[in-house]
Amino acid sequence: MQLSVNGKAHELNDADPDMPLLWALRDLLGLVGAKYGCGVAQCGACTVWLDGAPVRSCQLPLAAISGREVTTIEGLGGDALHPVQEAWIAHDVAQCGYCQAGQIMSAAALLQRNPNPSSEDIEGAMAGNICRCGTYSRIVAAINTASKQFQGLSFYEVGQEATVSASDGEVSV
Amino acid sequence: MSRGAGEGMKRRDFIRYSSFGLALGSAGISVLAAAKTSAPANSLNPYVMIHDDGRIVIAAPNPDVGQGVNTALPMIVAEELDADWQAVEVVLAPIDANRYGAQFAGGSLSVRNRWNELRQMGATAREMLLRSAAQQWGAPRTELTTQPSKVLHPPSGRSASFAELVAAATEQPVPADGEVVLKARADYRLLGQRVVNAAASDIVQGRPIFGIDVAVPDMVYATYVKCPQIGGVPKTANLEALKALPGILDAFIVKGDAGPPSFDLRKSIHVAGGVAIVASNTWAAIKARRSLQVDWDISAASTDDSLAIEAAALSAAGRPTGDHEVKNAGDSEGAFTNASSIVSGVYATDFVSHAQLEPQSCVAHATATAIEVWTSSQTPGFAQSTLAKLFELPAEAITVHQVRGGGGFGRRLSNEYVREAAVISKRIGKPVKLQWTREDDMAFDFYRSPAYFGLQAALSETGKLTGWRNHVVSVSSDGEEANYGAGYRGYNFPDDVVPNVHISQTMVASKTPTGAWRAPISNVYAFAEQSFLHEIADATGQDHRDFLMAALGEDKWFKPDDLASLNTVRARKVIAAVTQAASWGRALPKGRGLGLGFFFSHAGHVAEVAEVSVNADKQVTVHEVWVAADLGQIVNLSGAENQFQGSVVDGVSALADQRISIRSGAIEQTNFHQYPLLRLPQSPKIHVDFLTSDYPPSGAGEPALPPVAPAICNAVFNACGERIRTLPISRAGFKVV
Ligand code: FES
Ligand code: FES
Repeated sequence: MQLSVNGKAHELNDADPDMPLLWALRDLLGLVGAKYGCGVAQCGACTVWLDGAPVRSCQLPLAAISGREVTTIEGLGGDALHPVQEAWIAHDVAQCGYCQAGQIMSAAALLQRNPNPSSEDIEGAMAGNICRCGTYSRIVAAINTASKQFQGLSFYEVGQEATVSASDGEVSV
Repeated sequence: MSRGAGEGMKRRDFIRYSSFGLALGSAGISVLAAAKTSAPANSLNPYVMIHDDGRIVIAAPNPDVGQGVNTALPMIVAEELDADWQAVEVVLAPIDANRYGAQFAGGSLSVRNRWNELRQMGATAREMLLRSAAQQWGAPRTELTTQPSKVLHPPSGRSASFAELVAAATEQPVPADGEVVLKARADYRLLGQRVVNAAASDIVQGRPIFGIDVAVPDMVYATYVKCPQIGGVPKTANLEALKALPGILDAFIVKGDAGPPSFDLRKSIHVAGGVAIVASNTWAAIKARRSLQVDWDISAASTDDSLAIEAAALSAAGRPTGDHEVKNAGDSEGAFTNASSIVSGVYATDFVSHAQLEPQSCVAHATATAIEVWTSSQTPGFAQSTLAKLFELPAEAITVHQVRGGGGFGRRLSNEYVREAAVISKRIGKPVKLQWTREDDMAFDFYRSPAYFGLQAALSETGKLTGWRNHVVSVSSDGEEANYGAGYRGYNFPDDVVPNVHISQTMVASKTPTGAWRAPISNVYAFAEQSFLHEIADATGQDHRDFLMAALGEDKWFKPDDLASLNTVRARKVIAAVTQAASWGRALPKGRGLGLGFFFSHAGHVAEVAEVSVNADKQVTVHEVWVAADLGQIVNLSGAENQFQGSVVDGVSALADQRISIRSGAIEQTNFHQYPLLRLPQSPKIHVDFLTSDYPPSGAGEPALPPVAPAICNAVFNACGERIRTLPISRAGFKVV
């Protein structure tokens, strides 16, 4: 079986054609950015691109994708960070980080086809990616920041919500 | 009131933020012995190593499963060391109790327990650098000071970088505790700022930093199949058929221990009996499970039925007092006899699973004389000690490497999967990666215990709370002691504030393993008690906020200087702040409501207000949640805020529809389609406000979780008039949309 991952061709001769792409990437090719979370297309941790579109690699048997182009988080930015990865760092999105490769692949695919997504667009594109740690508000903020780059605007505002009171004394009881 | 960040502040934050982000992509799976740079380095103590090229390596002692301590703990060292954070490289410390003490992730204790130690480590290392410079320059030590990563002598204008000084500084004796002066909070450069997670760069690039990513030479892959009826063990299995399958290297029965495991983290060496399937890759092992046939011996297995447990518990909780008295203060009999009115309510919560996103895995290499494991355990020290006990080896023969975990929430406190991996590795004589499936993870958790509360309040004519009864119904495997997480919490509010209190307990039988689930015990108590306090306020026509403020009683710190005890002054401040932020009392359209919840746990005083709307089909939209908290000082503002935002999401997620049901001792839910986690479209807007103070910092991982459920359920009541007394709220017919 032939597999092209991040622009590189691989020959997986002995691989079980039933093997989901996720396990081929992780165990056979040593590309472990895509994660196993559920194995049943519920969580999105395994999200990669197939011919540029986000897919759940835990549900894609090798037999179904021979000859097609796979992009994983390792190949997303090329030599530099992709604007979505940069925005993810700037917004300090991750807690445990386990879901984030999948989140980033979904978000980058969204911006690729829709550089200026509405809130509804973001909700629709990201609903398949669970973040058990609950980083959703930062994910939205990071997508909005990255979207500005996609539109050629400057990377100018983080837009975090938290405030810190200077002292106890400022709150009137 | 001027609180917080204007636009100018935001701009500055961003600059700081992104430069940290770009500079700090270096932490990850490397351990101290194998730090990434090859430049020569000198250690000043177990936490601080300075390279000749200027890089400052700081060891992160405790496991990080998403709570951010690999960033927060090194920040504390860096602050007192006066290190330039952009030059800091965070590495994971080896597991070594002699050098790093208790290395665990639990109880929101990492920051709280290590606050003094790590400040001291940073400060003594800085002092050694200063003394070394003073000697070299022939200047009095008192004339020297530091700027980030360098020592200055202002009178002469001399300066030297830490890297230039470190070799000589290692010759300095380590200053005693009293010889260094810790920084004043006003002088902090780093603490309290927004600092990007030290692992952020690795995470966004998909680098191999998680337990599941570990690979060692000659490693094979295994899955381990246990009896669905918890505590059953295998009698026979079609092993020969399995071994004939492609990619399968071995298949065998591990006799193991019969009966459900206990959550005794220190002592348990339980290995559940099961069938190990060893393969050349993960998929081959998982696929072979389809062909597996096992005959199980279920004589010692659990026979739990969760609906039967619930029925027994609810009927018991209907009685005002239970089988055992736990606490009797004042004259509760009298208070209820003389009450002008009595309010009662029975509250119930279900079993809940952790569902951390990374299923359990462990790489182990066990030989006759030594064991090496790589694991995302929250208690690597107990992994080491229980492996030593199980394999009858000296502790020194066990090496445990800490690895970042994809979520913990208490699930990684136990080490049964570490023992399973070691047993399999020893049998096959090779290093092995044991991978639990999601289905394994859901079927063999140490669940959040269900809990049931029969609550009663005695009220005076003016609506003052004069008496309090709580009949706690707990699951118990032996009929004597409550299972983990099911017992009496024993805390200060309202129990210690109301004058006349009676607490009692009744046990109902259950053998399903339970354990610590984020803010254990507090999470279910908060729901029941803080909802019930709202019931009381409502029944007596009082505003919930005002009632709560009054019910907290006099200004009092229950055990002065013990951060883990309630301080009613701090409690009232967070309630005042959050209600102010949410514009408590404002008019809302029909079907919309605000709800308030307060809770004190893990040394954190936290109040939350939720705004929800409820439609005629009982669909609940959680629009916004405001959080105000007093955790003392904040170490990493971005990290703490992230934990709080996540706690709110977790709270909504759990209360919506998370429920583990049990039939004939087996868990019915198998994966996320039956056990839903909150998704982005359902996630509310969250506002976090930390009321910082000079108190030492306490942990941020847990205390924001307990108030979520009562705040939302109280808001639902205010929106539609229906009181929710059952979690998840789906069991009362509500649906979070
Ligand atoms: S692992 Fe593929 S969707 Fe969860
Ligand atoms: S950051 Fe932990 S699951 Fe998303």
